Formats: sequence, C-alpha cells, structure tokens
Amino acid sequence: MNRCIVITVQVIAMMVAIAAAVRAQETTPTMVAAAAKEGKVVWYTSVDVKVAEAVAKAFRAEYPNIDVDVERSGSERVFQRINQEYQSGIHNVDVVNSSDASHFIYWKQQKWLASHTPPDVMRFPTQFKDPEGYFATWRATLSVMGYNTKLVDAKDAPTGYMDLLDPKWKGKLVKSHPGYSGTSLTGTYAIVKLLGWDYLEKLSKQGVLQLQSTTATPKSIASGERAVMVDGNEYNMFIEIDGKSPVKIIYPKEGTPFVTSPSAIFAEGPHPNAARVFENFLFTAKIQQLTVNEGGTRSLHPDVKDPPGRTPLSAIKLLGDDPTAMLPQIADIKKRYTTLFGS
Amino acid sequence: MAERNNITSAAAARAPLRSAAARLVSFDSTTPLSLAFVLLLATLVLLPMFWLVVTSFRDDAKHFTLEHYRQFFTDASFLKPLLTTLWTSAAVGLLCVIVAAPMSWLVARTDLPGKRLLRTLILASFVTPPFLGAFAWVLLGGPNAGLINQWYYALFGLKPFEAAPLLNIFSAGGMVFVMALYTFPYVFTFVANGLDLIPSELEEASAILGVPAWRTALDVTLPLVTPALLAGFLVAFLQSMTLFGTPAILALPAAIDTMTTKIWSLFQFPPRLGLAAAVSLPLLLISVVLLKAQSTIMGRRGYAIIGGKTSGTRLMRLRAWKVPALALFAVVLGCSIVLPYGVLLRTAFVKNWSGPMGLENLTFDNWRFVFFEFSQTRLALQNTFVLGLAAATAGTLLVIAVAYLSVRRVVRGHRYLSFLATAPVAIPGIVLAVGLFLSYTQPPLVLYGTLAIIFLAYVTKEIPVGYQQIGASLKAVHPELEDASRIFGASRARALVDITVPLIRNGVITTWILIFIGSIRELSATILLFTARTKTVSVTMFDLRESNDWGPIAVLAITMLVITFVLVLLINRFTDRSMA
Repeated sequence: MNRCIVITVQVIAMMVAIAAAVRAQETTPTMVAAAAKEGKVVWYTSVDVKVAEAVAKAFRAEYPNIDVDVERSGSERVFQRINQEYQSGIHNVDVVNSSDASHFIYWKQQKWLASHTPPDVMRFPTQFKDPEGYFATWRATLSVMGYNTKLVDAKDAPTGYMDLLDPKWKGKLVKSHPGYSGTSLTGTYAIVKLLGWDYLEKLSKQGVLQLQSTTATPKSIASGERAVMVDGNEYNMFIEIDGKSPVKIIYPKEGTPFVTSPSAIFAEGPHPNAARVFENFLFTAKIQQLTVNEGGTRSLHPDVKDPPGRTPLSAIKLLGDDPTAMLPQIADIKKRYTTLFGS
Repeated sequence: MAERNNITSAAAARAPLRSAAARLVSFDSTTPLSLAFVLLLATLVLLPMFWLVVTSFRDDAKHFTLEHYRQFFTDASFLKPLLTTLWTSAAVGLLCVIVAAPMSWLVARTDLPGKRLLRTLILASFVTPPFLGAFAWVLLGGPNAGLINQWYYALFGLKPFEAAPLLNIFSAGGMVFVMALYTFPYVFTFVANGLDLIPSELEEASAILGVPAWRTALDVTLPLVTPALLAGFLVAFLQSMTLFGTPAILALPAAIDTMTTKIWSLFQFPPRLGLAAAVSLPLLLISVVLLKAQSTIMGRRGYAIIGGKTSGTRLMRLRAWKVPALALFAVVLGCSIVLPYGVLLRTAFVKNWSGPMGLENLTFDNWRFVFFEFSQTRLALQNTFVLGLAAATAGTLLVIAVAYLSVRRVVRGHRYLSFLATAPVAIPGIVLAVGLFLSYTQPPLVLYGTLAIIFLAYVTKEIPVGYQQIGASLKAVHPELEDASRIFGASRARALVDITVPLIRNGVITTWILIFIGSIRELSATILLFTARTKTVSVTMFDLRESNDWGPIAVLAITMLVITFVLVLLINRFTDRSMA
C-alpha cells in the first residue's frame, strides 16, 4: 500500500516536472524582431513540394521580413542529408519535417534537437507529441491503396493487400520505396508485422513498377501509367481527386498504415529565432487547416475540420505506427526490401 | 588522327628548339609558377584517386582489409549490376555503330539532300544532356501513359493493360535505346572524320571497274573505316557505362541496378565509403583499359591509308535510295530530337501531361511555379551559373598554362603533364565524385557542403576537353613570335599573355564555352557532392523526378536547353571566324 502511494507520488512529481519543462513558447515581438534580423528560416520537409511552397508563401505573407528556404525531398533522403551534413560539421537546417517518425527519436538521442513547444501543440493528444517537447506531429497521412477508375472497374478493384497477389494484377502495380520514403517505410513495417516478408516476396514477383516517393505513386495511377497503387499518400490522392483525376482511394481491409509526420527544430540551426517563429506558425489552426484543405493531410489540431467528402479517420481501420520499435529494424527492412525490389 | 600527324611533324620541326628551351628554363623567373601549375594539376587529378585506392583497402577502424573486395566479388547484388552495366554498354556501342556508320557514310559519300540540317540536328543530340532525353522518354515511352503508347492504343483500338504496350521504356532495353540516342553522335563523328581522311581513289577505282556501289561500300570503304568504327564503339561503350541519370531514371523503376546507381545507393546514410571505393575502382579500371584500346586502334598505322584529304570526292548518286536514306535519319533524329523536345514543350504547358491537348488542359502554371513560387529555382540557377562561370574561367586558365608548359616543353617531365591533363577522361564522373568526397570531407581541407568541392569536380572533369582544344591551337602558333618577345626581355608569362593568348583567342573562347556547357549539365558527379545549399539545376530536376513533378521538370529542361543552344551558336560563330 505504502509502495503504491510512493509510486503514485513519484509519477505525479514526474508529470509535474515534464509539464513544467514543456511550457509553450509564444511568438513574441522580440522573437519576431530577432528572427527578422536573421532574415530567413531553412526548412527541410518531405511534404509535397507545392504544399510546402504554399505554406512558405503564407508565412512570408504573415512575416514579410523573414524568408523561407524550402528543401523538399523524400523523408529518408532528408534524414540522409541532415546526418551527412552534421557529420561534416555543416549546420544548415533550422526546422525539419519528415514522415518517418523514428528519425526524430534518433536526432533526439543525438541531442541535435531543441526543446520547443508551440502554443497550439499544448492542445494536441499526448501520443502525438514528445513528452519533453522535442517534436510534435505536424501532419499525418495514411498510406493508402488506390486505382485508376478508367482502367479498373469498381467491382474488380482490389480490397486489400492480399488481393494484389492475384495474377490479374501482374504488371499493373506501382509502389513507392521504403529506402526513399518515410511513409513507405512506416507502411512497409506495418505490412511486414501484419503479413510477413513472405507477402512482400510474392508481391515482388508481380512486376511492380518501383518508384521512389509516396507522392509519385498517386501521380502514376492518375496518368494511367499503372492501374493500381500498392501504397501512396492519402493526401496526394485527395489532391488528384480534387483535380478531377480518374482515381479512387482504397482503404485496405487488413488495415491502413497511419503515418505521423512530426516537426522539430535543430538546436544548432543558423536561424534559431526564425525557426521558433516558423515552428509556431506551422502548428496554428490556420496553417493546419491550410495543409488539410490544400494538402489533404490529417491534422491533430482540435480546431481543424476535415473538408466534406473525405472519409473520417474513425471510419477507417488503422494500423498505428510505432517509431520506437521500428528504429532498430530500419536498416534491415531497407536491405531486405532492396533485395526483393531493387534500389 | 590529324592531331597525331601534327604531333609528329611539329616534333620534328621543334627538335632544334628543344635545347634552346632548356637553356631558357634555367634562368626563367616564371619557373616557380610553372611548378605551381604542375603541382596543382597533380593534386586535382591524383589526390582523389589516391584516397579512392586507400579507402578501398581500409575498414572503419582504418586497418588494412580486403573485405570490401571480397564482398564485391561474392555478393550477387554487386555482380549483377556489373554484368548489367557491361552488357547494356556493349549493346549501346553496337547499336550506335549499326546506326551511325551508314549515317556517316551517307553524309560523306553520297548526294544526300539537306546535309547541313542533318549535321546540325546530330550536333543537337550531341549537346542534349542524356538525362533530359531520359526524362522525355519516360513521357513518351512509359508503358501505359506514355504518349507513344497512347497513340498506339488509340490507333489500334486497344485498351491499356489489356494489350501489351508498344514499348516499355522502364527496362534494360529501354535504357539501351535512350542511351544510344544520345551516344551515336560520337560514333558518327569518328566515322565521318575517318571517311574524310580516307582518299576516295580506292573507292573510285572500284567503281570504275564496274563494282556496284553497295559492294564498294562493303568491300572497300568498310574495311578502311573499321578502326574508326571500333574506336567509336569503345567510346560509346565508355559513355554509357559512366552515365548515371539515364539508368537512375529508366532502369531503377524496373528494379535494375547499374554500377553507377549502385555506387550512388552506397552513399545513402550511413555512407559505406570503403565499399563505394572498392566498387568504383573496377569501373575506373575498365574505363582505362577501354581508352587504351581505343588509342591503340586509332594509332595503328598501315590499316587506313591516311593521306591528305583528296579534293572533290565524287559523290554517289542515291536517286531513289534517297527515300530510305532520309527515312533512317528521320527515325534516328526523330527519336533523339523531335519527339523528346516536342514532349518536353508540351509537358511544360499542360496541367496533366498524359491528358489530351485541349484548351482546358493548357496552363502557364508550371512556368509560374518554377520561376515565382519554387524557392529552389533561384538558388539552383545561381549555383549552376556560379559553378559554370568559375569552372570555365579557372579551367581555361589552368588549361592554357598546362598546355603551354607541355606543348612548348617548358618544364622537365612535360610528358607526365600531358598525361595528367588527359587522364581525367578515363575517370567516370561518379568515381571522381567518390574520390573527391573522400579527399575533402576530412582535414586539412573540408570542402564538402561548399560549392568548392563541386567546382573541383567540374574543373577536373573538363581539363581534358580544354587541353585538347588549347593544345591544338597552340601547336598551330609558331613559337618564334614568343621567342622574339623573350629576346626583348619579356618574361615567359608575359609573352604568353601578350603574344600567344591573343593569337589563339578563338580556341580560348571555345574552350571556355565548352567547359561552361559541360558544367551546367553535370549530374553524375554532382549527385554525390551536393548539399541543400549547393544544389544545381540538374540535381533539382532529379529531386523533382522522385516525386513525379513533370511540369516543373519540363520547364527547367527547356530553360537548360535554350541556354545550351545559345552557347553552341556562339561557339559556331567563333570557330567559323577562325576558319575565315
């Protein structure tokens, strides 16, 4: 009984300590002035390049004296570049966003991140932010399947991953690469956990067109290059559907990988104040709504509404991500995948 | 071949000068300067190769190991790319010879109409960056959405996926095809030059004896140009072996790796440098062997009868054969220029690249996005131009100095100088990049992350081109003018700047532009050396490809092509003037 109380007290004390450490840092006029002096913020992100530029444009409109340098690439490429740069003593990045949540755990372990909690993040569900304030989920997406409606009739469309092994899909599939895309990696991890490597080995014999990014696969089926997409960003599918492309989303019956995409500040970035102003801006309801509307992503901001016509998260069977468990397995996943599907 | 003749005749003419030159060296104030250039060149070329070799034999703890080589020669994931590289390069070489040999014969020996235009178009495919061609061919020959396949389906009333596509560019065959489209001009040039040098008397004799024209071509002309064909084959082989963009764009999506894409993938974090070095060296070795073979073939005497160019080669009348002859040119140039340029232009102005060309699909959005919204455009253009200007200027100056020292035999060991200035030809771009990465990510000189390391790559890569150009120009200027100014007390450097350089002005300008063009289109070395701050246009396009943003790619491609063609026109102006 006594022990119970002791533990309870300890837990409470810990929670208070964490709460104290994680205090929101508002954007103050002094911060903005210092940021303006720095001139710009360098943002590495894996979000679709047009969405990234739309966010940058909105930021420049709000803070005319602070420019944004957008460096867009696949999550794994972003990770690779930052690590290569830091290994060579180059500190170029200020704010980073990647769809491979395990990157943030790695960077935190390296002590490269700054603890900073944007005011809006205080209202996010706890599982979507780091307890010590080093990162929080800026956006989330689903790694969905999809098909071209001109090439496949709705009644013939696959309903889940296992359907793709049907010989009739041979030479008609397109897939992204976990060696490049964080979404693909997170999705691959979930699929392996659910169906095993055996499944991917069979899939690799289906004549899959191997692209790099999960932003590329929806464009591929939209253009009719391939009929069915094994994995791709739900948000790119929304963009295609809004643009009247003949595509439809499939939420696989086995479950859809839910991919969180955090944002963080690099402690030794060249523009520390601009980084904080920008990070706060990224999490405001306005920008969260903008990325949801324009970018088709999912937001964890309580004030953000999904536009009509999109399936609510509650109606989809989700496969949650587990970056901590995935981290030690990443190299192995990439290697085995490359053996099956090429680089 | 012409150059070789020049060397021998020039050497004979200069024999008595050599002792005079040697005497001058002893009290020349510019000697330290000459030595500095020698050292600079040696560092540029040899340091990366040194680190490449050392690293390939080292493990992470910097101890000696053969592990990297063992892995290379036992792991199928390395041997397969090697095999792919070898057979696809051989296929490209063969295809180039099959296509380019008749083309050059038709231009050199027959009354084919429109030769000037045809030569211009061949020059255009020569200067088109191969990776741009690969981009364009994804849009043309993608299995289902590619425009050619769409036409094919429409023409025969077929449905995509139900019927097999006409062509699938994402395949080893597709890669060979596209590589050949931009490599055949090398073979064309070799064979055309070979034909120009063969006196046509033998062929005319055969014609007078009543042998039909096609037999003359096969029995007389073909054996005479065999060395040029072989050399052309080897150069085409070498070119395709070292390409990075084309295999990355066309073969990777089909899960096919080549040596260059494999080396690139070894640089994914954490980079496996020892292995990358060990994989690079065989590529370097093959390249050296091929070039050696090529120079041996071209240097062989008694095979081709090389005399002066006979005036007034009698041109064969093609008559009705003009139609198939022109058809050959139409197919080759259509595939390498007309269709790709057309599809890039189309893609730049539409919303959906695979959609119909209706009014509702037209847009200027891609242009607006690239030039007003995409924040990387300005940085990439700026980096590309800064690098082009710097590499062209520094490279030209270096090459003038080196060519002068070696052609005029100013320093002892000028032969090594000439070797060093030609050696980079044998270093594939991506191998050079691995070497530079190893050399300049460690003290004393950490250049990684700056434009300087890319600059070094460009200068090193372009030295041979410039050296050949300036060397040839220098040989054409007799040293007596320099000697005169030296007698009046000018230093060697002054004589070079005031007398020689103005005389070879056109050669200097051409060299500058050639290095500039070579630099702004470089991809295979840049891909390993760039960082976010030091991106170039070519790498930016490669990044856009990974997310299938074809509209912006097409806009950047057109921009790059326009710049290149303006520069090529400039070169033409300068070389024309020098001929007049």
